[in-house]
Amino acid sequence: MNFDFSDDQKQLRDQARKFLAEKCSPKAVRVVLDGKAPYDKELWKGLAEMGFLGVAIPEEFGGAGAGHLELCVIAEEMGRANAPVPFSSTVYLAAEALLIAGSDAQKKKWLPSIASGEAIGTLALFEGKGNPAPKNVKLTAANGVLNGVKKPVADGAIADFAVVAARTGSSGREADISLFLVDLKAGGVEVKSLTNLDPTRGQAEITFKDAKAEPLGAAGEGWSILTEVLDRAAVLCAFEQVGGADRALEMGRDYALDRIAFGRQIGSFQAVKHMLADMYVSATLARSNSYYGAWALSTNAAELPEAAAAARISATQAFQHCAKNNIQVHGGMGFTWEFDCHMYYRRANAMALGLGSLTYWEDQLIDRMRKKNAA
Amino acid sequence: MNFDDTPQEAEFRATARAWISANAPRQYEEELRKSSLGRTVLKNANILEVAKAWQKKKADAGWACLHWPKEYGGRGASPIERVIWQQEEGPFGQLSRMFIIGHGMCGPTMMAFAREEHKRTYLPPLASGEKVWCQLFSEPAGGSDVAGLRTRAEKDGDDWIINGQKIWTSGAHYSDYGILLTRTDPDVPKHKGLTMFFLDMKSPGVEVRPIKQASGASDFNEVYFTNVRIPDHQRLGEVGDGWNVSLTTLMNERSAIGAAVSTGFPELFEYCSSLMLDDGPAIEDRAVRSKLANWAVKASGLKYTSMRAISALSRGERPGPENSIGKLVAGSMIQDVATYALDLQGASGVVSGEDGELAGRFQAMLLRAPGTRVEGGTDEIMRNIIAERVLGLPGDIRVDKDVPFNKIPTKGRG
Repeated sequence: MNFDFSDDQKQLRDQARKFLAEKCSPKAVRVVLDGKAPYDKELWKGLAEMGFLGVAIPEEFGGAGAGHLELCVIAEEMGRANAPVPFSSTVYLAAEALLIAGSDAQKKKWLPSIASGEAIGTLALFEGKGNPAPKNVKLTAANGVLNGVKKPVADGAIADFAVVAARTGSSGREADISLFLVDLKAGGVEVKSLTNLDPTRGQAEITFKDAKAEPLGAAGEGWSILTEVLDRAAVLCAFEQVGGADRALEMGRDYALDRIAFGRQIGSFQAVKHMLADMYVSATLARSNSYYGAWALSTNAAELPEAAAAARISATQAFQHCAKNNIQVHGGMGFTWEFDCHMYYRRANAMALGLGSLTYWEDQLIDRMRKKNAA
Repeated sequence: MNFDDTPQEAEFRATARAWISANAPRQYEEELRKSSLGRTVLKNANILEVAKAWQKKKADAGWACLHWPKEYGGRGASPIERVIWQQEEGPFGQLSRMFIIGHGMCGPTMMAFAREEHKRTYLPPLASGEKVWCQLFSEPAGGSDVAGLRTRAEKDGDDWIINGQKIWTSGAHYSDYGILLTRTDPDVPKHKGLTMFFLDMKSPGVEVRPIKQASGASDFNEVYFTNVRIPDHQRLGEVGDGWNVSLTTLMNERSAIGAAVSTGFPELFEYCSSLMLDDGPAIEDRAVRSKLANWAVKASGLKYTSMRAISALSRGERPGPENSIGKLVAGSMIQDVATYALDLQGASGVVSGEDGELAGRFQAMLLRAPGTRVEGGTDEIMRNIIAERVLGLPGDIRVDKDVPFNKIPTKGRG
């Protein structure tokens, strides 16, 4: 058994960490946090040059043709650095949707420009409140055009294209949903930026008015494709969350070692030590669940749906737990704009919702466990 | 990343599986499989005898204490082979419980500190289960603070005379030998005045009294020593070096990689899958599902954490400290799981024993659970270990560290 990443993959992780430490310092993240840029363009370019954007895209479509395990280790570092770039929207959602369901022509059109950093993609699924469910998709597709409103769309204001979930039937079943590719720079698309919890990752409302769209995958198969895209993205996001959780834990640990109160390091008080120990526990459980998700993703195993849900829940909890207690360890300073703690708190809580909230994934996990037991 | 055995591991697994299949006491398999925390019993047999017979059979065929050297009754197997054996032994591994202290702690301590002739005499019958060992560390005045113990050992010619009391000694009532931590010098700071011995539990002056636990069962004992004589050649390590010797013992306790920790989750999931609530099946209830999902990811997280440690073993590395979280997570989880299972039963959850739901499975779990959060290091001690040894945070400020033992206050109020 080798339930771990290979030496080459670990080397890639070190390479990504080094690159991001240099190009994505907290100071660089703050440029986007403070609203001075919609995302870090230089970093995005650099990620493309490093081959990170196309690491899991096959060579024939302009990628590095490595695989999902390689993408997992990069994702962990993106989370650790709190990178202010549309990585998850473009790479986990748009590119994976194209890889699963795209025609050869669609893949040829979009994947090489994703790998090269020229195209930003996203998934437009949500329409206001509610979790992923066919009944929540109201935007319609007919005669090659879309009509309706998607909100929130991650990185919607900077994306070049979107994979859009649309209603093509009214039977009340999953088969009513189909996916479409839309060029967001074309006519009939109106984009409005939304204020959101995590300004380092934009959110938008996109209104489609007779916007031209081409089908992605077969009509009526949108929901099953979407489910697989969300499962894959859940694993990849879990690695970002694990990276973020680890960083928040380290920040808390370092502060507890440096800060003196009552004449001693605050890390010598059990109340603080035990809080940090519990953060380590949740981060470790999340990492282990995510490794299982990575295995299932990389081997295309039948266990992926269950593994993805478990990784999603565990990593979401761990990142939220570590990010909030990191602020607690820092005391008042943790609640200032100046300290970096809130960047992780914001990211943790935004990520907890992005692919559907915990409520949704808890439901998914139990359904999938039951299915497995019944089989 | 894969879950595959190497060719050598696969061969070892096949050999182990074949032997277990041909030799295990299959008549008890179902009962052992259904046992859970607080309830490991056999209806028509004495579990102690069944356990001893299985251990002896394993030893005769070279399957006992796999990681020990052959000359001491082991197999000289690699750490990963030991894990594979545990996986293959499955429910029959429940029968090893009474040997855990002896094999996991006393044996390694003897191996590190006993004289060669003693190792050759005492270790093989310990491995084969013919002799059972216990560990006599904790005292009324020294629980988490083991080094606060007061049992005295005083030199008398070539012997030591022991007087004092131990507590929480698992299995002392059926043990043949024990390792014993004593105070030989009360005039020096507490960690410096300790000395370790091993002794025959049948020695004159040793009295074992079972403790009736809060759960009603008696797994632990008080052990009283009144002028018990131990020859000096049964000393383990130097006089005054008992603390370091005991660290070897405790380190072994915590490095039992791959040993399954019980979370109660599989039992709860199985229960909820068929349980009907007033409004319909429990498994379709939103609140039940949320609880189950949260425990499911803890249970799977522990399982895969253990797999990561096993992978490190398989590569010939020392596993990292992440395995130290197992007992901490599982201990409080099983308590919560049992509490919730009873909540689902409504008022009838109060009925325990054979008349209770599932013959009182979760009631027994609930009553036994507080012990798991205390034994072998309390939750608080485990958190200290993680904070200090994994995260590198400072140790507690110890006000008694440099004070001679006999000057340390012994009472709180009054």
